[in-house]
Amino acid sequence: MRFIDEFRDRALAAKLAAAIADEAAPGREYRLMEFCGGHTHAIFRYGVQDLMPESVRFIHGPGCPVCVLPTARIDQAIAMAEQHGVILCTYADLMRVPASDRRSLLKAKAVGADIRMVYSTLDALSIARANPERQVIFFAIGFETTTPPTAVAMKQAEAEGLENFSVFCNHVLTPPALRAILDSAEPDAVCIDGILGPSHVSTVIGAKPYGFVPADYYKPLVIAGFEPLDVMQSTLMLIRQINAGRCEVENQYTRAVTEFGNRKAQALMKTSFERRDTFEWRGLGLLPDSALRIADAYAYLDAEVRFPVAPGESREVKGCECPAVLRGILEPTDCKLFGAVCTPDNPMGSCMVSSEGACAAYWSYGRFRRSA
Amino acid sequence: MCLAVPARITAIDESADTATVALGAVTKEISLALVDDAAIDDYVLVHVGYALNRISPEEAARTLALINEAGEYAQSTQGGSE
Amino acid sequence: MQDKDRRFPLRLDIRQGAVDMSHGSGGRAMTQLIAELFQHHLDNELLRQGNDQALFTPPPGRLVMSTDGHVISPLFFPGGDIGCLSVHGTVNDVAMAGARPLYLSAGFILEEGFPLADLARIVESMARAAVEAGVTVVTGDTKVVERGKADGVFITTTGVGVVPEDIDISGDLAEPGDIIMVNGTLGDHGVAVMSKRENLGFETEIRSDTASLNDLVADMVDAVPDIHCLRDPTRGGLATTLNELARQSGVGMRIRETDIPVREEVSAACELLGLDPLYVANEGKLIAICPAGQAHDLLQVMRANPKGRDAAIIGEVVEDPHQFVQMETSFGGQRVVDWLAGEQLPRIC
Repeated sequence: MRFIDEFRDRALAAKLAAAIADEAAPGREYRLMEFCGGHTHAIFRYGVQDLMPESVRFIHGPGCPVCVLPTARIDQAIAMAEQHGVILCTYADLMRVPASDRRSLLKAKAVGADIRMVYSTLDALSIARANPERQVIFFAIGFETTTPPTAVAMKQAEAEGLENFSVFCNHVLTPPALRAILDSAEPDAVCIDGILGPSHVSTVIGAKPYGFVPADYYKPLVIAGFEPLDVMQSTLMLIRQINAGRCEVENQYTRAVTEFGNRKAQALMKTSFERRDTFEWRGLGLLPDSALRIADAYAYLDAEVRFPVAPGESREVKGCECPAVLRGILEPTDCKLFGAVCTPDNPMGSCMVSSEGACAAYWSYGRFRRSA
Repeated sequence: MCLAVPARITAIDESADTATVALGAVTKEISLALVDDAAIDDYVLVHVGYALNRISPEEAARTLALINEAGEYAQSTQGGSE
Repeated sequence: MQDKDRRFPLRLDIRQGAVDMSHGSGGRAMTQLIAELFQHHLDNELLRQGNDQALFTPPPGRLVMSTDGHVISPLFFPGGDIGCLSVHGTVNDVAMAGARPLYLSAGFILEEGFPLADLARIVESMARAAVEAGVTVVTGDTKVVERGKADGVFITTTGVGVVPEDIDISGDLAEPGDIIMVNGTLGDHGVAVMSKRENLGFETEIRSDTASLNDLVADMVDAVPDIHCLRDPTRGGLATTLNELARQSGVGMRIRETDIPVREEVSAACELLGLDPLYVANEGKLIAICPAGQAHDLLQVMRANPKGRDAAIIGEVVEDPHQFVQMETSFGGQRVVDWLAGEQLPRIC
């Protein structure tokens, strides 16, 4: 598979590992946050940590839209499906995320709510067309990678005059989340020496928006590709910056990321969405200017308007440390519930159920590291 | 962020703004709504049924070359002094 | 060509007819369905007796029995259907004890409205699979449920077989030092079935690997009677089955990703959907664990059989109080290959 296999090459990995070992200065630690959950997944799935010297540590960031979705929003989605008899379309990632009272979309479906898993917004549109007498809601989540597809669906629905389609918008933005992590003060702060920036969010927004990271926080950021060799090369680039005392945005993922990104996608997002004043993020609290709602021009497509549901409060399971894990302050093994009550089969929090969540990744791929 | 996979465009339906992409011998229909001027044999990143961006083969080659170089340099200094 | 059966003045309309509630009521309609459809295709001496049970003298040796319910959707998929699957599945479960499968029973739960043409296709497929596996379907049952209460058809098969005297194969017999091998490529069945599911919409030439493995097992057991474990990695894939065996035997396992045979197309499909081939179902594969000294012989024997052509050694059993199945990734790192949690769903992230 072109552009995939070459970036998983074992021989090149060994070479990069040697380079990293060579350049990591003795006696100093490199604490690098991989913001994006996809990178967390890749690091664990390929065992990238094993090819790093002890001094290089990955801190897992909150870039997992499933992980940062507050339980109250899932409760709302379930309520929409149950109270209004709609067909709720959702990406598979959300099905098993625990909501309040030990519920989940999967469990709600089991007792009768019409909740359907879709791979794409295009599927949700098809379902709306095929069921004109039913209301169809698309449960939209994701950072800037996944937002343009929702915008396209909205435009399409408008063009077709699809009256039974609406969107429950939970799209969130990357730069504000990055800021929140970097802004944290003790005891919520985590010491980070550099950041591995997200791959595919960056193909959409471009490299430019990350300028504030070195400018305001004096930390280097390298936009890293999705494959394990990309992660390793980006790590090397960060180490070099840190050693040299440099602080820049560098782009390792040049084959897919440009300075200005995908302008067509950005334009679509601009016309379809507006920024919410504030939005609750699991683990990060209320962040201003950090999430999107449906633009006024498309208000009739807004599921929150069409199907008002009394918003609830998000409650964490007692003892669940997802918020701290999401900020990189705690490791999964620091949570008392990890492995005891909380396992992938019985997840207490989103970090364990999302395939990108640090807890899930740690459990599925990395438990053996601590067990020796 | 998010699972996006590089795949090659094998056919384009201009009126529907869709393309058929191939990943190995597996093919899928996706939307081209987010990408302009796509052509057959272009590689695009596929995410939730949409092409997000084109992949530059030149940049990919350059990245691989850099990776190789970094490795070569390290291996030539391995065992030597800092 | 069957003589016109005087019990039934009018033949079943296989081409255009459908199952209705009378076919499950125990009356004439049901008898006709059984005679003209089931018995017609699955024809054998025991079935012809027309009793509610099959009477046979078991051959000498210890008996093995296994049962499996089949609820697959879609019913017809590239490379197979629910009919042959129901035969292969139970034949294989019996064979995994090192046993020679002999007899099968088949229970059908039919949905009202299910086309008889599809049912005939399924039963014909079962008959072919049974002949190929050298087993007979000696008894069965039919029930009909109202429209909407079954996915077309559910089939439960139970199989009985006999184990040769000196054979002792069980999931708890793996020992540190044993070698782990598989008989071919993994993930084919799951991907073939998924490609037919509407909402995933990808095209591929992959066919299910569904097959009876009893002839392969017979060759293996003949050459290497000292095989410790055999199991077929169906739902949950290779990963789940290895974990089961590790738990049962109280051992750990170390496998190598580069040695695990996976077709390129399966890799590509999994890549596209965000799935891990290690967790995708197989229906014509087995895992064999044997003492190190006999691994080479066992591998050769497997490769000599068409169903073991792509057999490969994938790892070894080790001591490990945590009973982890650990894998050296193709990248050179290490990861745990855990049990499957819930169902593997295609992901966006």
